[in-house]
Amino acid sequence: MDMRKDEKLLVSKIENGTVIDHINSGRALVVLKILNIKGNEGYRIAIVMNVPSTTMGKKDIVKLEDYYPNSEDLEKISLISPNATINIIKDYEVIKKYKVEIPNKIKGTLKCNNPTCITRKSNEPITSSFTLLSKDKIKLQCDYCGSILTEDDVIKELIGESQ
Amino acid sequence: MVINMGWYNKDVVNILDFSREDIELLFSKADEMRAQLKDKSVKKTLSNKIIGIAFFEPSTRTRMSFETAAKRLGADTVGFTGEEGTSVAKGETFADTIKMIDSYVDAIVLRHKFEGAALFASGIAQNPVINGGDGKSHHPTQAMLDLYTTKTLFGEIDGLTFALIGDLKYSRTVSSLIYGLSMFKPKEIILISPQQLKLREEIKLFAVDHGLKIREEENIEAISEADIIYVTRIQKERFPDLQEYEKVKGSYKINKKILETHAKKTAKVLHPLPRVDELSPDVDNTNYQAYFLQASLGVPLRMALLSLVLGGD
Repeated sequence: MDMRKDEKLLVSKIENGTVIDHINSGRALVVLKILNIKGNEGYRIAIVMNVPSTTMGKKDIVKLEDYYPNSEDLEKISLISPNATINIIKDYEVIKKYKVEIPNKIKGTLKCNNPTCITRKSNEPITSSFTLLSKDKIKLQCDYCGSILTEDDVIKELIGESQ
Repeated sequence: MVINMGWYNKDVVNILDFSREDIELLFSKADEMRAQLKDKSVKKTLSNKIIGIAFFEPSTRTRMSFETAAKRLGADTVGFTGEEGTSVAKGETFADTIKMIDSYVDAIVLRHKFEGAALFASGIAQNPVINGGDGKSHHPTQAMLDLYTTKTLFGEIDGLTFALIGDLKYSRTVSSLIYGLSMFKPKEIILISPQQLKLREEIKLFAVDHGLKIREEENIEAISEADIIYVTRIQKERFPDLQEYEKVKGSYKINKKILETHAKKTAKVLHPLPRVDELSPDVDNTNYQAYFLQASLGVPLRMALLSLVLGGD
C-alpha cells in the first residue's frame, strides 16, 4: 500500500492547529509528554508512528487540533527530535512551516544530572545552562560542572522516565 | 603599579580561562617571589588589600598558602573554614553569602563541595573570585602549582611524560592538571587507576579533542616511562556511596621499592597532598620525592597570582 494513501486512511486533515512532522520514529508519545498532553484535555489529536519517510527511514507525526506549542516546548522537542518540522494549520492550509532548531545554549529547560552540581543546590538563584556538543546524537555539557547529558539522559530529564 | 591585562581583576575559576603566555608570566613572577622570599626582600605591594578566604570545605595547604601569600605581600585576610559558625548553617543561600563577602573584601578565595560554585560566585561578585577547589571539577591554582613545580624541576613541561595515578574520577587536581597540560606539549599522559576510578568521560573527551596523547593502564608498572609520577589520594568525601569507597580503599600504593623497580632514575613524584596510604613515607627520603618542594612552592606561586590579579607591583 502506498504510504500517502495509508496515512490518509489513518489520519484526516485538521482544520486549525499544529502538525509536528518528522519526529524521530517511536518518539511521538514522548512529544505528547513534553507538551504535557494527557488526552483528556479535549483536543482532537492524531498520532502516527513508525511510518516510512524518504529522509528519515521511519518517522512519527503528531497532529493537534487547536493547539500551538510555545517556544519552550519546541526547544524540548528539538532535543529529542532534531529534524522535527512544525506546520501551523489554518482553514486546512499550512500557513507556516519551519524546522525546530536546537539552540547552542539550553538554559533552564533541563536539570543537570549531577547531584552535586551548583545548579542543583536548593534555593539558589541559579538557572541551569548547557552547551550543545553534538547535534546528531544529542550530547550536552553542563556549563557549571562539565557533566555530559546524552540523549537518554535528556529524555529521562524531560519526561521523568527512560525510553 | 604594573598591570597585566591577562590577569588584572580577573576571576580564576578554570585554568583554561588563561593562555599559555599568561601561565608562563605567572611562573616568571613566581620565580621573582621565590627569590624575594629567599633574600627576605618581599615588597608589601598589597598592603591596602583585604582578601576573603571563604572555605566551605576543609583545607590545610591551599588555605594556609593563600593566607601566607597574602600576608607576605602585606594584605590582610578574613574568612572561615567550614559552614559551621557561619550564617550558611542558618540556611543563608550561597549567593547571599558571596554577595555579602564581596562587599567587604577586594578578592575572594573560595572552596566549595558543589561543582560550578566558583563560576556561579564569579557571576555574583564584583571583585575577583579565585577558585580554591569546587567539588570534583576544578582546582586551577593547584594545577598551576603542579606545572610550576614541574618547570622548576625539569626546566620545561613540553616533551615530558606524566603518569597520573589513583583516583582520577573524583580528583579535581587531576582534571585541572589535564586542562593545564593541554596548553603545553607533553609527550604522553599515562592514566593509571583501578577500573572504578578511571578518568571521567568528559575529561577524556577534552584531552582527545585537544590533541593530548593519553593511555589508560591499570598496572603500576606503567610508570616506567614517566618523568612526573603524580599520585592522588582516593577522594573518600566525593563518593556518593561509601560502600563503593570501601571496595577501592587501599587499592594502590606507591613506595620506594616500586619506584626503584619500575621508575626512571630521574623521575619525580608529586602529590597534591594530603596523603593517606597511597604514598608510602619511605619515598620521603629518596631522590624521587618532590612533593614537599611542590607544597612549599604554593606560597610564591600564590603570591605571584594574587599580585597579578590585584595589581601589586
